[in-house]
Amino acid sequence: MADTSSQPSRSRDLDKLLLRPGNLVGATFEPGPELRDALQEDFVKVLVVGAGGLGCELLKDLALSGFRNLEVIDMDRIEVTNLNRQFLFRLEDVGKPKAEVAAKRVKERISGVNIVPHFCRIEDKDISFYSDFSIIALGLDSIEARSYINGVACSFLEYDSNDNPIEETIKPMVDGGTEGFKGHARVILPGVTPCFECTIWLFPPQVKFPLCTLAETPRTAAHCIEYAHLIKWNEVHGGVAFDPDDPKHMKWVYDEAVKRAELFGIPGVTYSLTQGVVKNIIPAIASTNAIISSACALETLKIVTGCSKTLSNYLTYNGAEGLHTKVTEFERDKDCLVCGPGVLIELDTSVTLKKFMDILEEHPKLQLSRASVTHRGKNLYMQAPPILEEMTRSNLSLPLLDLMDKVPKDVLHVNGTTVKKDEKVTCLRKLRVVFKGVDGVADMDTAGGA
Amino acid sequence: MAEPKVKYDRQLRIWGQQGQDALEKSSICLLNCGPTGSETFKNLVLGGVGSITIVDGSKVEAGDLGNNFMVDESSIGQSKAKCVCSFLQELNDAVKAKFIEEYPEALIETNPSFFSQFTLVVATQLVEDAMIRLDRICREANVMLIFARSYGLTGFVRISLKEHTVIESKPEHFLDDLRLNNPWPELRRFAEGFDLNVQDPVVHKHIPYVVILVKMADEWAKSHGGRFPSTREEKKEFKELLKAGMFAQDEDNYREAIDASFKVFAPKGISSDLEQIINDCAAEVGNNSSDFWVMVAALKEFIANEGAGEAPLEGSIPDMTSSTEQYVNLQNIYQSKAEADFLVMEQLVRSTLKKIGKDPNSIPKGTIKSFCKNARKLKVCRYRPLVDEFNSPNIPELQKYLADEDYSTAGGIYILLRAVDRFAANYNTFPGQFDSAMDEDIPRLKSTATGLLGDLGCNGATLAEDLIHEMCRFGAAELHAIAALVGGIASQEVIKLITRQFVPMSGTFIFNGIDHKSQLLTL
Ligand SMILES: [Zn+2]
Repeated sequence: MADTSSQPSRSRDLDKLLLRPGNLVGATFEPGPELRDALQEDFVKVLVVGAGGLGCELLKDLALSGFRNLEVIDMDRIEVTNLNRQFLFRLEDVGKPKAEVAAKRVKERISGVNIVPHFCRIEDKDISFYSDFSIIALGLDSIEARSYINGVACSFLEYDSNDNPIEETIKPMVDGGTEGFKGHARVILPGVTPCFECTIWLFPPQVKFPLCTLAETPRTAAHCIEYAHLIKWNEVHGGVAFDPDDPKHMKWVYDEAVKRAELFGIPGVTYSLTQGVVKNIIPAIASTNAIISSACALETLKIVTGCSKTLSNYLTYNGAEGLHTKVTEFERDKDCLVCGPGVLIELDTSVTLKKFMDILEEHPKLQLSRASVTHRGKNLYMQAPPILEEMTRSNLSLPLLDLMDKVPKDVLHVNGTTVKKDEKVTCLRKLRVVFKGVDGVADMDTAGGA
Repeated sequence: MAEPKVKYDRQLRIWGQQGQDALEKSSICLLNCGPTGSETFKNLVLGGVGSITIVDGSKVEAGDLGNNFMVDESSIGQSKAKCVCSFLQELNDAVKAKFIEEYPEALIETNPSFFSQFTLVVATQLVEDAMIRLDRICREANVMLIFARSYGLTGFVRISLKEHTVIESKPEHFLDDLRLNNPWPELRRFAEGFDLNVQDPVVHKHIPYVVILVKMADEWAKSHGGRFPSTREEKKEFKELLKAGMFAQDEDNYREAIDASFKVFAPKGISSDLEQIINDCAAEVGNNSSDFWVMVAALKEFIANEGAGEAPLEGSIPDMTSSTEQYVNLQNIYQSKAEADFLVMEQLVRSTLKKIGKDPNSIPKGTIKSFCKNARKLKVCRYRPLVDEFNSPNIPELQKYLADEDYSTAGGIYILLRAVDRFAANYNTFPGQFDSAMDEDIPRLKSTATGLLGDLGCNGATLAEDLIHEMCRFGAAELHAIAALVGGIASQEVIKLITRQFVPMSGTFIFNGIDHKSQLLTL
């Protein structure tokens, strides 16, 4: 064994972990310089979703954990209120795309690291974009975005004929979230550990005030603010959409809320509270983001190298009252629509793509409208962009079986809108399509569809 | 008061302008600026502490580039303290940042008075001997101290100070102070003004649940010899009575009353936690007592006399179904009582101050007000001197940790983190620091740890072989992800201590990065 610490090596500390055999390690751990070097190869790529409080930390932590090929995706631009925690940004960066500035700053300080920024929405990327990564690290603050990426990662998952997940198709994710002094970090191995959707109940929906309270019996400052925001704005500005990022709009809501509060004798309406209520601002600090991101980065390193045990599978951290950490081993929902083997749909051979899309819309579990359909990476029909829509429109009248190259049983990926808790959300679903009465189907196992 | 800064908006929502002012007034010192220290301070500089002083005598080496974001290629050969300091300054120009190129151990040895200028010291990657000395110095100077250490996939964070008292502990879940089973005359009279059998359904479904519960509890007590529901059967019966009072299924106020009925069952008087605080010997105040304890002494008097067993009323009520007018009226009733309690408390505080020979006006009104509002949530945290814990830890507790399924790994890490320092004192290197010595270091570390356990009086306890092996494998490596995590925790604790809000951790936090089953050990 070479005496690594006598050489002035940049990986002085990491080498201890990656070059030496260990006792409490993963099954796949093969220590040695090859392992360290493998992290730098092209085929080990990590995607960081979100370049905010968690994303900035994740990029730094991953780059200093031996990863060389990183990409980051974020649609937001830098705001002044980010500066108390998003340490890669400076005052002069305000207004610039987060992903681009974050990538540039980390590259400047850590030579040899390659970070590709993507300044766009996560939905703007093809599904194939996401398949390129060894692991996806989520630094998001919205349930919808998590749900979307989770759907994408789970769409790569394939099951064998015994309904066991095929290992090579598992796209691992690490996910973090924080609020104030609290946070969570989790590891998602689709098909093995619960996916985001399996444990969606961990994220209770935001409580909304009943409209009659706002309109008739306001009692708190928040009621007055929501009245101005949700009711009065439309009454006065009918047709003009409220823009929470327009200071003039926010000031108007604040002034109206103050008037209403005075009318009813309710104290406590401030501009800061108005912003908090209207934008649903989640308080955020640097330290909590650092704790959660580094836990996620550590788990990323473990998943890729096997250098230690893995978090199994959900860590909560609460520093508000003393310090409490807890690891919970959640279980998969076996009927999960997202990470299960896929919803089984039986079709007649004559069904056209258009008819198939109608079936999805009427399907009680799916309720999938505005569907874009892909088969093995080939676009069968795309709702957008217009040019793709035009190119694929003619497929609508063709039999689906023909479009699927006469394969009688296969998986389709459908991107569209579905209804969740009375709201329309973007989603990606994996469907197992089987054509009735085609040779070879009868003896195939079609049980277990969720 | 300075104008709130937009860039701090997301944290002002947590600790308010008062907390921010405390941070901006603070002066904090960092000992050793490896990744653990650098990451701790990165979080604090972003949050806007007043001034930082970084003490580190080392020069940047190539290896530092692999684990510390605050240094880069141009830093090699330069003072680490200087490089880290200049990067941190870049993060927030409102912070006064300076550095001292000196080894902390030397400073502890030669210039102990150096530390008395700071609000708080964060000491990272120190070995046991230096930790004990520094602890003694900071305690004497009344400087808050936090130790943080990253070691391979493990680490620890330990707060050390004589006493930390918190008024604004801001617990997330805490019973509202509604006095439903102990209403004062004004609240009782207000409730009497309502008729639960009112015919108008609109009026009926807007009776605030506080009123419903005060009346129903009163009625119950009248027919039960003055007692309130206490057995499971009685509680069920009480809820059934509430249900029977509903006119229609959609009456939210009654549903709220049923959900809140446990507030009627809650015992009267103060909690055992508060009881302990008012009976603490520090509540026997004298000329050296802090404002906190002076107010506790006044609180004790209040509870015994005017409060009739209760602390001052908090004065705020949760939102509940009600007409606006009745809700505002109810709010006013609670607020007036809280104000009256505060005025009594203020007199008691002023007279207590006078009694101990202090200026009766030395505690501002606002502080007393906040104390009254939070009286039920007061917190007192005390930390053993490090030397006591190290020489005579709580042995039964330690033995319990080492044998317990959930705690044994954390207990083992605790012992091994101490054993590696003993090892280093004996062999001049940490176990596994050099590849060539791995084979002999493992048994050496094992015997060092066994010796330590024996010296502590913990004979017979054993440590898992796997863990000893892993500790040698780590070879004192300071991994970035671990440092960022341990530093993140340390910085959270610093914020809680300086803002005097929320509750800092107690005991020693043992970080277990192997499977994240970390634990707090109180030894
Ligand atoms: Zn699932």
